[in-house]
Amino acid sequence: MDAERLQRMIDRVKRGKLSRRGFIERVAAVGLTAPLANQLLAVAGIAMPTSSGIHYTPTKRGGGGTLKLLWWEGPTLLNPHFANGTKDQNASRLFYEPLAAWTPDGTLKPVLAAEIPSVENGSLAKDGKSVIWKLKQGVKWHDGTPFTADDVVFNWQYAKDPQTAAVTAGSYIGITVEKIDDYTVKILFAKPTPFWADAFVAANGCIIPKHLFAPYIGSKSRNAPWNLKPVGTGPYKFKTFTPGTLVQGVIFQDYHQPNRPYFDAVDMKGGGDATSAARAVLQTGEYDYAWDLQVSWDLLKKILAGGKGKLAFASGSAIEHIQVNFTDPNKVVDGERSSIKTTNPTLSDPIVRKALSLLIDRKSVQAYIYGEAGETTANFLNGPAQFVSKKTSWSYNVKKATDLLDANGWKPGPDGIRQKDGKKLSWLFQTSINQPRQETQEIIKQACKKAGIELRLKAILASVYFSSDVGNDETYPKFYADLQMYETEPPSPDPGFWMQQFLSSQVASKANKWQGRNITRWRNAEYDKIYAETTTTLDPVKRAAMFIKLNDLVVDHVVVIPLVFRKSVGASIDGLMMQLSGWDDDVWNLPDWFKETKA
Amino acid sequence: MLIPSLLGISVIIYTILALAPGDPFGQLLTNPNVPAAVVASLRAKFGLDDPIWLRYLHWLVAMLHGDWGFSFASRINVSTLILERLPVSLAILGAAELLAILIAIPVGVLAGTRPYSIFDKIANTLAFVGFSLPTFFTGLVLILIFSIRLNWLPFVFQSNMSSTGLTWLWQNILQSIMPVTVLGLFQGAALVRYVRASVLDVVRLDYVTTARAKGIGERKVIMRHIVRNALIPVVTLVAVQLPVVFGGAIITEQIFRIPGMGSLLISSILSDDTPVVMAITFVYAVLVIVFNLIADLLYAWLDPRIAYR
Repeated sequence: MDAERLQRMIDRVKRGKLSRRGFIERVAAVGLTAPLANQLLAVAGIAMPTSSGIHYTPTKRGGGGTLKLLWWEGPTLLNPHFANGTKDQNASRLFYEPLAAWTPDGTLKPVLAAEIPSVENGSLAKDGKSVIWKLKQGVKWHDGTPFTADDVVFNWQYAKDPQTAAVTAGSYIGITVEKIDDYTVKILFAKPTPFWADAFVAANGCIIPKHLFAPYIGSKSRNAPWNLKPVGTGPYKFKTFTPGTLVQGVIFQDYHQPNRPYFDAVDMKGGGDATSAARAVLQTGEYDYAWDLQVSWDLLKKILAGGKGKLAFASGSAIEHIQVNFTDPNKVVDGERSSIKTTNPTLSDPIVRKALSLLIDRKSVQAYIYGEAGETTANFLNGPAQFVSKKTSWSYNVKKATDLLDANGWKPGPDGIRQKDGKKLSWLFQTSINQPRQETQEIIKQACKKAGIELRLKAILASVYFSSDVGNDETYPKFYADLQMYETEPPSPDPGFWMQQFLSSQVASKANKWQGRNITRWRNAEYDKIYAETTTTLDPVKRAAMFIKLNDLVVDHVVVIPLVFRKSVGASIDGLMMQLSGWDDDVWNLPDWFKETKA
Repeated sequence: MLIPSLLGISVIIYTILALAPGDPFGQLLTNPNVPAAVVASLRAKFGLDDPIWLRYLHWLVAMLHGDWGFSFASRINVSTLILERLPVSLAILGAAELLAILIAIPVGVLAGTRPYSIFDKIANTLAFVGFSLPTFFTGLVLILIFSIRLNWLPFVFQSNMSSTGLTWLWQNILQSIMPVTVLGLFQGAALVRYVRASVLDVVRLDYVTTARAKGIGERKVIMRHIVRNALIPVVTLVAVQLPVVFGGAIITEQIFRIPGMGSLLISSILSDDTPVVMAITFVYAVLVIVFNLIADLLYAWLDPRIAYR
């Protein structure tokens, strides 16, 4: 679908000739589908619905007993600004709330905000340089203090201070937040910002109380007793916390949403392993919900036969993919390998990369390794749906790959390995130690062998591979190999930040201590130009089209080879009504969770 | 001897940890939302950019002042973290050790006084099986049988039970049965072998024959003359082996999600939380040395023939 047609449809929704649902369905049917389609509408000036997807039936607060959550990584602290990974974000979310949360279809749902900003209600500036959030009135902190605009402004001051060392700093550093009145705040952006819903939204947007944290801003932040004893606005009040193992909360009787929460208390137990966590819900029913079940699909199916519960899927945009090194990992220039001053002797040939992409049997990888927790894809950018390209395709065809190589002078040598001008198609393929990844490596290696390409497999301990240790040569940003494979996921439904990883200016090198985010070291002027345009284009439809083009460039040039688009899997006990978002924490709508009582 | 060994151990552990790959803030760096400046300021704050020897000296001086350091992951003091975990570990280990002794002594003595009888052969075989099977294996087998097939016992350990009184006790016993059995049987199996060997040694001695010749009943001979002397080496063995049990408990705690020192150690290693790893390994080192000392003292006290000059 082209941008013009989309624009016409948006206009019809505006005039009331097409329903919101009709719009999303039509967009989905032509392929540019939906999650943030709703945000397109919002920026185009159409207000968003506020349902959460769970039909909440309890008519009074409490009475549901204890909700028992099982996380196989134990939360270590309860300050959302210091969260080390999702386990801490999730645990903090039991007590703290953001202004708005991301729903499964990528729309915003107000939590502490009274409404979602939009151009139509005048809170979203047409020039993209400011956004006004109206706050919900009558919200109380767990200690009874009212929640106001001062708290929101404080969170910005707190997180942006480098001395605080907040992990959420990235969302707050480039903005200015002003209080307009007690229940209104204005966010000012230095330049037009198409994606305005980052600060104060979802996992990174949880708000901590000014009246308790004010003395602990900056370098004193680590001394705040409240880092381990949260006082929030959420549905549950803090009861006890043992770092790494157990968080307990009890119902907050003054919670701001009516008849919520349903449960009288919540326990989040941490530690152990994913497999036994799945068993504790699906086979023994000791727990109500288990998080992020990174368990092989075969095993998970067997455990599911225990019959005590069901699986819950969250589709974000996590992509398991192979990266191609455009530089030479075997040549040392100025003390670094994979230097931007070199080119990869074989993989720099587009024909070779094309052949390689034909040798990857994504269907087998998906069917035998990831099961229903993964979907094959040709795209690097897989969601929200309006950013998903429909032009790309993939195929697995050994014959076609060998023909292509034969036709271009890559002929098998005496050892059966193809070569041209003395350069052999023999590559080092690295990834982290993780059973599904080793199985995938093996599938690819076998296919390459059939086509006369030699792959040398290497598996690196995850804690080394994913570390930032400048002294270690086995980390993924150094990429001292020809090919590598891992999973990456955009931090928000907007791909703006995520797509920076193919910019020429972001090339990882010794000079920037390998903190540049372009790890393939691919450089393309067209990509750089279109990306620059996305940062100033406010029209959501045009912008979405640009991201699709960026994705297509990366896929057509075989800079990366996407394998499967992975969903995160949770297990919930029968009767528990809950929903995962994929764009937000597992417990993003915890106040709406309830258990259906059997009649 | 105690102080220099502890110092040496601390230097070695610290160096190994500092040289090991991994970075406590690795996860932050792979999170593209965290600016590099924040990570740099965190590193500076925790002194990670100093040379190793300087960091070690800082650690040592702090340790001497009773400051165990500061956890990167939880941003609280390591001592608080460890003190929260220690009681659970000690309770489980104590119960397991008790179970081991209760099984090992009667079985070992019976087997030792009737060598090569059917009972001895069965006991020996079981003991071999017992200490050949690693705890992570027996733990998983027990979970599969008693939790998943039969659904009798819970396999997720809960430290904060909301119930009180007898229900509280009952629930704690229920959830401790499997971990204690796993550890106790593993430890007990090894002990049986030692008790048996020790009894065999004593049975052959002349004074036992003399006692029998005097017409003292068999039961009395065993209790008074054989067991008392045979157990002297066993007592010291138990003391020396206790730290080994701590090691075995690391995996058992992980399997049953017991919030003890072992599971803290594992999660800290995984998150590269060096101060915590350092503190726990150091606690283990101290335990080994202290229990060795206790063993020596006990030995002298039980057997006056061995005296320290």
